[in-house]
Amino acid sequence: MNFPDISWLALLPTLVVMGTAFLVLIADLAMEGPDREGLGWIGIVGLLVASLVSAMLWNSHQSGFAGTFVVDRYALFFNLVFCLAAVLTLLMSMDYLDTIEVRTGEYYVLLLFATAGMLMMAAATDLIVLFLGLEVMSVGVYVLAGMARRDLRSSEAAVKYFLLGAFATGFLVFGIALIYGAFGTTALGPVSAKLASSAGEQRALVLIGMALLLVGFGFKIAAVPFHAWAPDVYEGAPTSITALMAVGVKAAAFAAFARVFLHHFAGLATDWTGVVRIVAVLTMTLGNVVALLQRNIKRMLAYSSIAHAGYLLVGMVAGKEAGGAAVLYYLLVYALMNLGAFAVVIALARRGEPNEDLDDYAGLGFQYPFLGFSMAVFMLSLAGIPSLAGFTGKFYLFSAAVKSGYVGLAVIAVLNSVVSMYYYAGVLVKMYMSEGNREVEILTHRPHLLATLLITSAGTILLGLFPSWAFDLARSAFQSLS
Amino acid sequence: MLSAIVFSPLLGALTLLFIPREQVAGLRRSAFVFSLPPFILSLLLFAAFDPADAGFQFVEQAAWIPALQVFYRVGVDGMSLFLVMLTTFLTPLVVLFGWGDIEKRVKEYMIFLLLLEVGMLGAFVALDLFLFYVFWEVMLVPMYFIIGVWGGPRRIYAAIKFVLFTMVGSLLMLVAILYLVWSYQAAHGQLSFDVVRLYDLQVPLAAQRWLFAAFALAFAIKVPMFPLHTWLPDAHVEAPTGGSVILAGVLLKLGTYGFLRYAIPLFQAVAVEAWPYIAGAAVIGIVYGALVSMVQPDLKKLVAYSSVSHLGFVMLGMFAFNVQGITGSLYQMLGHGLSTGALFLIVGVIYQRRHTRMIADFGGLWKQLPLFSAVFLIVMLSSAGLPGLNGFVGEFMILLGAFEASPWVTAVGATGVILGAVYLLWMFQRVMFGPLDKPANQQLTDLTARELVVLVPVLVMIVAMGVYPRPFLSRMEPAVKAYVARLERVRVAQATDPAPQAVAQADRLR
Repeated sequence: MNFPDISWLALLPTLVVMGTAFLVLIADLAMEGPDREGLGWIGIVGLLVASLVSAMLWNSHQSGFAGTFVVDRYALFFNLVFCLAAVLTLLMSMDYLDTIEVRTGEYYVLLLFATAGMLMMAAATDLIVLFLGLEVMSVGVYVLAGMARRDLRSSEAAVKYFLLGAFATGFLVFGIALIYGAFGTTALGPVSAKLASSAGEQRALVLIGMALLLVGFGFKIAAVPFHAWAPDVYEGAPTSITALMAVGVKAAAFAAFARVFLHHFAGLATDWTGVVRIVAVLTMTLGNVVALLQRNIKRMLAYSSIAHAGYLLVGMVAGKEAGGAAVLYYLLVYALMNLGAFAVVIALARRGEPNEDLDDYAGLGFQYPFLGFSMAVFMLSLAGIPSLAGFTGKFYLFSAAVKSGYVGLAVIAVLNSVVSMYYYAGVLVKMYMSEGNREVEILTHRPHLLATLLITSAGTILLGLFPSWAFDLARSAFQSLS
Repeated sequence: MLSAIVFSPLLGALTLLFIPREQVAGLRRSAFVFSLPPFILSLLLFAAFDPADAGFQFVEQAAWIPALQVFYRVGVDGMSLFLVMLTTFLTPLVVLFGWGDIEKRVKEYMIFLLLLEVGMLGAFVALDLFLFYVFWEVMLVPMYFIIGVWGGPRRIYAAIKFVLFTMVGSLLMLVAILYLVWSYQAAHGQLSFDVVRLYDLQVPLAAQRWLFAAFALAFAIKVPMFPLHTWLPDAHVEAPTGGSVILAGVLLKLGTYGFLRYAIPLFQAVAVEAWPYIAGAAVIGIVYGALVSMVQPDLKKLVAYSSVSHLGFVMLGMFAFNVQGITGSLYQMLGHGLSTGALFLIVGVIYQRRHTRMIADFGGLWKQLPLFSAVFLIVMLSSAGLPGLNGFVGEFMILLGAFEASPWVTAVGATGVILGAVYLLWMFQRVMFGPLDKPANQQLTDLTARELVVLVPVLVMIVAMGVYPRPFLSRMEPAVKAYVARLERVRVAQATDPAPQAVAQADRLR
């Protein structure tokens, strides 16, 4: 029996995260008392090591395990995004877990396993490995969504997410099976090589398989019409996990989605861009319009995250180097501003009192200047106001769309941005232009949350002013695919 | 030097962050101090400006986003110089007026004012489309807060309306900018956001029409041109006095300046084509704004609608595409900035004392407030275009230029001058003359020393610009002449060479 070549190098970042997860698992057993903050720090250090390793591997390009797993700049760029998202999630969790009465080490362990799954998805060059990564990630997040056991909404979220997620995975696996049926392989390299010469029934199989893959990815990125789970799940899950879902899970799904469709299925672009274009328009429009009606900030951010998936799909449609690089860059920017926004939501939460209504934000801005300022930065950045990171991200996305000749799509996208301004500005109206009459316990005793806000708001501002280096990273990451 | 002018208020805003909000007096004083350097520097700019040079002066350039060929590139010419000066001149006055006008959240108000100044100055001096767009949009945020936090009862509605209206236009313009730079890349193998280079880009006429439409929409909303003006009365009525002054004085000029710097020279052929529509809308705006002003019971609303009318003149002159018209339109921008700014200050003064702006609540103030009356009279006459004051020079040149382009349109537009005199004089009569019969009005006190310090510089400029326009015109004219010459070349080329028109015809058929 032949064993495939093992490339430890390709596996190294994932192994570091996995190893950290096991370390936390063991440390949890050794710890006494209810305080589990130390576990979070172990996790953060592990993730930082993983990102350091990823950064050091930047110049290597190597695939292993018979070409099913790869270390290239594309994967490494996403490693950095995932590690960033996970570090910030851990950081904000440390002050939050007490609020939702989750005092178990499993929270940290599962979060790290889910992150390892994300890393696998970005590095997978075989559909089965991709599926493996997706499951490692998803199973972790299913459980995390239901972690706040005392909260009915949390359990509901977990069940919904699990059922719909399992359903979506079914589509994905079925799509993989059809593609395997057509070509006799699930490795993406050979698949894309054979695409060109496929004809007749083989081609039909591939197209159906591809459509099913689209459905699977559509579920994970919450694109219309596969978005229905998102608002309920985002609202019910513990806020830190919502942040991870909105940022990490979405980025992981896009990592796999873009690798498969923009690179390996580029030959079939004429077959899938038409559909994705319609999906992009629907996703942006529905997300933004329904977000207008929300009174609960987490639901609003859920719909906003659907809308942002729509903007990202515009980049997918634009394709090529410009579109691909813009998608990568936008995911980085989106991670920063969205995690920041969720950190503000956490800052308002108290035990047994989530304070998630928009009305709870009344008067916050002047009462708590830094909290208000950072929320204003995140909202304006999400709306795409210069010179904040969200603007540069949208600029690259729409610029790629115009470059590829999708001017109409870009127009729809910018009009959607105008709509979104209404509800993002609505938060500012509450914070700065309404009188508040309630005291909400804020940052003073929550140093980790303060740190999260500092990192995310500084990042959002700096990437808005100096986007060049990050965009160059994203571009060279995307270039490494070909 | 330009960068110092643009960013010194930012330095001020950052410094104000570290002053505790309880030290209201300190905040006010430092805000004023920080609003002075840009003005002093712009005086130096004026002195160093070479009147004979028609091109851009004081150009600074640095790479910003190399991957996209985006540069930090600024400079002024005869057209933007005075708009920069108008901005730096009005801001300290507004800050000073805010000393008495703004009681709550002084710190944030002053910070937003200074940030707003950065945005406005940046938009006037930017020579890179990306940079311009950034400044253009950045301005929205402080103005949104100024209206929304310190405004009147319907402030939230007015603020969001202001933002949404502006954003629709500017985001469509963003798509047009992207299209333009990618076209440049297709033609020259390299991206460029440099306006001077983009001026020479030949885009197919059919595409140019769309691009011009997108740019024109963005700027027409900001001007605001009829029928896109509906956000303006709301914003003005709800904004605090300082916000109104900046809005009318400078922000609206960004719309007209945008036409002048971007929409027209980037798409000259289409701009010439669009003349009848723009001029038509401008004339409707002139007459409509004047008529609506006439029936306003609210002083602030009256001034707001008078802006619609006055900016109609600016647009009319600009689209005459000759030296008189464009120079007049520039002069009118400055004139309107001063006189309407001052009118809003005057309304603010009286509102502070009486907490009403209804014309019916006043009457006979002449006897009670002699100083106030004198100031009000001069400003009102300047706005009405009385010879010897600044308003006349601009309006006269505009009508002269527009007459050359089309006598009929000009004849209709000229009625706006008469209507302007009517609503202003009638308003003045109802507020100032007649019996002083309301008891509340008999308690009114005259202008304070601080208010005089705010208003007198404006009066001085109003008179100076009316009596001795030479220093201003001599610096504008070379740039305007070069501008018109460039336009003329395109028109001649269009008239003599039927090929582009044939192409245009083919485009349309396709």
